[in-house]
Amino acid sequence: MLADYGYVGLLLIVAILFPLSTIIISFLFRYIRVRPEKPDPVKASTYECGVEPIGPAWVQFNFRYYLYALLFVIFDVETVFLYPWAVALRQLKVFGFIEMVIFMLILVLGYIYGWKKKALEWK
Amino acid sequence: MSGAGIVIAFWVLAITSVGSALAVVWVRDIFRAALFLVLCFASVAGLYITLNADFLAAVQILIYAGAISILLIFAIMLTRDTRSAGRSTYLRNPAFLIALLLFITLLFAVLNTDWQAVAQVGTEPSTTAIAQLLFDKTKGFVLPFEIASVLLLVAMIGAIALVKED
Repeated sequence: MLADYGYVGLLLIVAILFPLSTIIISFLFRYIRVRPEKPDPVKASTYECGVEPIGPAWVQFNFRYYLYALLFVIFDVETVFLYPWAVALRQLKVFGFIEMVIFMLILVLGYIYGWKKKALEWK
Repeated sequence: MSGAGIVIAFWVLAITSVGSALAVVWVRDIFRAALFLVLCFASVAGLYITLNADFLAAVQILIYAGAISILLIFAIMLTRDTRSAGRSTYLRNPAFLIALLLFITLLFAVLNTDWQAVAQVGTEPSTTAIAQLLFDKTKGFVLPFEIASVLLLVAMIGAIALVKED
């Protein structure tokens, strides 16, 4: 069980080494003069889909996003209950299934309320 | 995983979590501090895995590295440009005092607790065992579980009612 998480660690190590190795190779190539060194202000500027960047990277978000963040947190907490239930569904049998149906039905009420209130619409 | 692997994983995760926690305090850019906090949460989740607490690790990833950090980053992005505003240092001394008091309290709690190693080996994986305890018909927590959904419903309706004016 714990050994399975070793693969996650292995993936993490590869994921860190992958970008690191490209940067190191780039530096090595400059050191042995394979890669030319010609700094340019345009080269160093932020890439923004090919368009010249305007203003700072900091943009104040629209307040309407906050409702989505709040709803996301609530659905996230819901997932915490769904996760062990889904893992042990075979052992829990029909009783566990009915329990979760009731749980979800109560939460669907909130979803219907949000729908009626047009909380999920963007206007 | 062998014993050495666990020890290496523990030290890497421990150094990452403490280092990122220090970076949260020391980094000037508040957005980068928030990202370091996410790293801290993720490495604590890794520490839970080394302790065989796989359900706790999943919850840590879902709630802390997922939801809490999303809320934090939203709170930062919804405010005005925080870089141009002068760094406020007027609460530095009270904050230091409270942090010091908290540290002393925690230190006393750690030193005065009689830490006993449990002889019984924990169940592995823990997620299935937790689910069977939670959803069991006779000795489970069926009613608290259903009431938790009511609590979530109240939170959801409250969030919508607060944000939507009409």
